[in-house]
Parts: sequence; structure tokens; C-alpha cells
Amino acid sequence: MKHLLSVRELDLATAVGILDLAEDMADVATRAVPKLATLRGRTVANLFFEDSTRTRLSFEAAAKRLGADVITFTAKGSSVSKGESLKDTAQTIAAMGIDAVVLRHPASGAARVLADSEWIDAAVVNAGDGTHEHPTQGLLDAYTMRKTLHGDASRGRSLDGLRVTIVGDILHSRVARSNVWLLQTLGASVHLVGPETLLPLGIERWPVSSGTDLDAAIAEGPDVVMMLRVQSERMRAAFFPHEREYARQWGLDDARLARLAPDTMVMHPGPMNRGLEISSAAADSARSVVLDQVTNGVSIRMAVLYLVLSGGAA
Amino acid sequence: MSLLITGAVLPDGTSTDLLVDHGVITELGSGLSQRGAHHVDAASLQALPGLVDLHTHLREPGFEQSETVLSGSRAAAAGGFTAVHAMANTSPVADTAGVVEQVASLGEQYGYVTVRPIGAVTVGLAGERLSEIGAMAQSRAAVRVFSDDGTCVSDALLMRRALEYVKTFGGVIAQHAQEPRLTEGAQMNEGALSSELGLAGWPAVAEEAIIARDVLLAQHVGARLHVCHLSTAGSVEVVRWAKARGIRVTAEVTPHHLLLDEQLAGSYDARFKVNPPLRRAEDVLALRAALADGVIDIVATDHAPHPLESKECAWQEASFGMVGLESALSVVQAAVVDSGQLSWSDVARVLSRTPAAIGQLAGYDAPFTVGAPANFTLVDPTARRTFSAQQLHGKSVNSPYIGRELPGRIVATVHRGTATVLDGELRPEEEVAARG
Repeated sequence: MKHLLSVRELDLATAVGILDLAEDMADVATRAVPKLATLRGRTVANLFFEDSTRTRLSFEAAAKRLGADVITFTAKGSSVSKGESLKDTAQTIAAMGIDAVVLRHPASGAARVLADSEWIDAAVVNAGDGTHEHPTQGLLDAYTMRKTLHGDASRGRSLDGLRVTIVGDILHSRVARSNVWLLQTLGASVHLVGPETLLPLGIERWPVSSGTDLDAAIAEGPDVVMMLRVQSERMRAAFFPHEREYARQWGLDDARLARLAPDTMVMHPGPMNRGLEISSAAADSARSVVLDQVTNGVSIRMAVLYLVLSGGAA
Repeated sequence: MSLLITGAVLPDGTSTDLLVDHGVITELGSGLSQRGAHHVDAASLQALPGLVDLHTHLREPGFEQSETVLSGSRAAAAGGFTAVHAMANTSPVADTAGVVEQVASLGEQYGYVTVRPIGAVTVGLAGERLSEIGAMAQSRAAVRVFSDDGTCVSDALLMRRALEYVKTFGGVIAQHAQEPRLTEGAQMNEGALSSELGLAGWPAVAEEAIIARDVLLAQHVGARLHVCHLSTAGSVEVVRWAKARGIRVTAEVTPHHLLLDEQLAGSYDARFKVNPPLRRAEDVLALRAALADGVIDIVATDHAPHPLESKECAWQEASFGMVGLESALSVVQAAVVDSGQLSWSDVARVLSRTPAAIGQLAGYDAPFTVGAPANFTLVDPTARRTFSAQQLHGKSVNSPYIGRELPGRIVATVHRGTATVLDGELRPEEEVAARG
């Protein structure tokens, strides 16, 4: 694997292979010294043109556990407004000698543009591009679902037959997009729920079902309910009238939590708005696998960095 | 210098020799000869009247790193054009007589093409108050087309007043139809693909709603309206309806909207980022059919040069626009001529006679007649070429066609009797300026 730009590049075997490799990486974490020397002497550059402390730390931990060196560049706000172009920044970092770029960028397609350019020859890992994709989030979510279901017997398995409901601002969510395409590849079925304003135009052509009624979706008894973060600026742009109305219609509150089966997984990519899209009781319940998602994120990113830097097949 | 062209095929399919002297066509027929004339063997070449572009961004004054009147004029001549209409979004904006006279006189000085400035509708393109429309109309540039292109005159009252006021001077408003609130942050055509790519959508309704409003305004005040770069099947239906009701509206389509569709955005290659955006394949087909049946009156390039750094970046950060002067005729040939939808006579109409009529540019109503100004181009329609930056003569290379095979090649262009292109090559500046 040269780059990881989109989960749509992954076929079933490759996707399962990455999840399996992440299982091996997770085993490393349980050792007395949770480190490998696999990538010793290699350098990973975190290029973050958009704030995301969580994702940056997760990639940093993953690279270090593999023995790689990590350098980090962060630019708040728009790169263009600061006069710092993607091209110049990438070339500057590349001139310092790097093997892989982990790119977070507010513009959709930025990772693809960097990978297709001749500006650098390093591997590119998409750590979130605008409202397009967040491939390692999709992978860590799939890993978490598989691990929660199958435990130590996870290796080699797909997510055949799993029913996943994703709730909230689908329109602006790169997490939703990466989950939709990857879960489809892995054999799960996906149901998207949100107000009509936050369901993308043309959703009927996506390989999912969709609706606006969260209570109806919960009554179907899904295996996974994934709540997406809702940003209050969406309210100001007239996507919905008020936070309270949003929480009432599309929030996973205590009453809805009580209607979920005991083994339904509750997921959230973080950071959570407690009381808005998810209640504290839901976030902290036994059904919640939110912290597992964070833990598994490191294993997935180890696997991805290993694959792009070794050029190996999953 | 006099020119003797032999064996050219005219738009109506007949063959003829042409003799050009002192800027006009002096003789037509077979077996012509003239001692001392420069001879161009045009056997099997298609002769077309000089192409007239109603929508060109020459960028001067203010953005000379992207294009100048000279570089844009050369690009135009290389594409078979003999006249271009220069859009007003320069810096300073072409909203005063001084700016439009400067642009027109630079064009005269270089001589590759006739440069007809378009005046801004509103001061600074700000959409707040009318610019000096009368002064520009009565200036030496004799402006007849007014446009805030790049932005839409979205205020309905201001648009009404502009439509009425330009009637005083026999002018026309060319509207860039884009409802601003519906297109905030818009990046590409809104639909299933924009949703997948995570790029903010530019919905068809934002264009169609403005066109619908404007044709009704034009009807109400009895004015002429020209719609710039129409891009959707729905817009075609609105214009068709308006024309059927006798509303005086004309419409243009760009070459790129006739050939390219939104799927190209999937590469996130910013060369394909343009405003209005590339639309669905079914829109492309509707635009071709509308050009063939006359609902769309003309093809105009929307030649929009941008420096490299404006395109070598992420899609959302890139500028909108494509260069198009050198590729326009080839793209029209590929999209609608080779398919049989348009004849060469139709091409002469949509790329020369009608755009000249809308712009009230004299000398294009009876081409290839004795006494007519010698503005024409000779094309080899059988040529095929892989389009490359070498074929671009302006200052910018943001062409979506680089690497694509296109039919047709401009062999010669003659502007007011002066050859600007011969044997497929631009003639030197000194030669063209001295004679032009």
C-alpha cells in the first residue's frame, strides 16, 4: 500500500487484512515494553492544517510504538490566509527527509492532491480531509465493532450482517462517509438518520438506507448506534432551529438509551457534546465503546503506518 | 500586404479563392491571382468568419501576472478569434470611461484582435449602485455590453434599473446568474457526487432562479437580457420558455460546458474547477441540443487565466476558471460538429455572427462578400492533436484539455486584412502592430 487516501480504495481482503494487522499491533501494547523496532530510522511527519489534538496524538503514539521518529507541523486556521500553501509546507517538510506524511486538512481532497502531485514522494496517510473522508477513523470504528462482537476470535472476520445506525450531521461528516463505504465493503448494512437538512443530496444513490426518525431506527434494534458530533455553527446556518430541538429529535438521551438492547454498541468519534447529541448516561453506559475506539485508534494507525512504510500488502 | 487565399471551403460548403487588400475582401471566385500577394494554399481548409468572443477575461489592468491585453490577444488570434469582449473584473474595475478606453486602445495598438471592453453594471462590481454606464457607452470604447461577471447582480431592483437604463444607450446587460446565498462556499455541482466528495454544492436552482427572475424583469421593462455561461438543463428550459413568450433574451454556453462533466471533479484536480461548475452528463447533452436548436444563441469562452499557484493547491483553495481561447473551436468541433449536431455554417453563426450582433460589433454580418472587412480564420478540421501547454499563448496554463486529444487546428487567422496567424504560427508583434 503506497498511500491511504480513502477507504474506497480498500477491497474486502485488504480491509480485513488491516484489521488483522491491527490485532497484532494491539498485542504489542500489552507487552512490558510496548514498542517495536520495525520502523526505526524512518520519519513520519504529522502535517495538521486543522486542529485535532486527539488524532495527532494517536498518530504520534502509533509511530513511536513502531520505533519511527515523528515531527509535527500544525497551522491553525486556513493555510491560505497564512500564506502557507500545502505545496510549500509539504516540500519544506519533505526537504528535511521524511518517509510518510500524515495529513489533516480542512479542504476535501487535500490528501489526494498531495499524493497525486510531484511535490513529494513520501507516503501520504489521510488523517481527515474537509468533509470528505477520515479513513483511519472508519477503520478503527470497524475494528472496534469486530472486537466487541468477536473478542479474541476476531481475526479473519468481516462484519457480515452487522446493522449499524449512524445519527446526526451526515452532510458535513467525513467520519460518516468513511464508515459508509468501509462498512459496505465489510458486509455490514448502514442506516443513516438525521434531519433532512443534514442528509446529503443524492443519498438515495449511496449503499445505505436513510431516514429522519431516530425512534423508529432504535425500534429496529440495531447492533451499533453511532452518534456524530453536531456543531453549533450549523444551527446558525439554518440547518436546524435550535440545539434543544436537535437534542429532542436526534439526541441519544436516557429514554432512547433504555430502549436499546443490552448488547447494542454506542459509539462516538469524539469529542462529544454531552447533553446535545449524546447524554452523559449514554456516553458512560456499559454499552458505550467510546474509549475502546480511542485505544483501538492507535493499533489501527500502527497498522496503516506499517503498511505504507513497508510497502507491504495487508 | 495583400493576401491571396486559394481553395478555401466557405461555411456554406462552396469553395473559393479570396483576395484581400487594404483590410477588405476585394475579390472572390476561382482562379484568382495577384502579383506580390502573400499566397496561402487553403485547399481543403475550412474558412470561417473571424470568431468573436463575448466573454473573455484579459486581466489587464491589475492582474497582469495572469494575462495582459497583449498576451490574451495573441491567445485569441491563435484560436481563430478576431474580436474579444473583455470582462470588467479588472483592478481597477472597468466601471469608468477611462478604464474601458485604456483597454480598447491597448487592443488597437497590438492589432491581433479587436478588443471590445465590457463595462461593469455596478461600481466596483459591488452590486450597490450603477456605474457610469452612459459615460462608458459614449466613450471612444463605445461600450454596449455591461456585466458584473464573476458576481451576479442579485438585487432585483438594481437589476431592473440596469435593464431599463442601458436601453437609453442601446446596451445589453450580460448577467452572471448565480444566487449568492444559495452558493455560499460552493465548490462544484450539487448532487450525489458533491455529497460523496465532500465538496459544497452549487445547485442548479441557484442559476435557474436568477434566469427566471431576469427574463421576467426583461419582459416587464421591455429590455434585452443576455445570460452568460448557461450551464444546466433547467436553465435551457427557462430560456426556451422566455423565447417562446417573445422575451428578448439571448444565451451563451462555454465550450467546456459542452464537453466536460462533473465527474472530472472526482480527481480533485483544480484545473476542472470553474464557475458555473461542470454539471451532470445529462446537462451537457441538453446544452448541446439547445445550441443546435437555437435556444442557446452563442458559444463564448469565459477564458479565465489564473497563475499556477491558484491551481496547484487543494480544490477548495483554488480559483475558479479555465483558459479557453486556443481550445474553443476544437472543443466545439469535438462536442457538436463531429457528432453532426452543428454544421460549419452553424459554427459561423454561434461563434461569429450572433456574438457580434449581441455586442453590436460591426463588420460581421456579411462575411466572405466583396467589400467586407477581412476578418476570417482557416481551419484544418481533419487535424488531430494532443493538446498541450505548447499550444497556449497566453500567460497562464490552466487548461482542462492538456493531455486530451482534440480535433482541428487553426492554420491562419486574418484580422482586418492582416495575418495574425500563418502556417499555424502567430505572426510577430512588430509585424501585426505595424499593419493592424
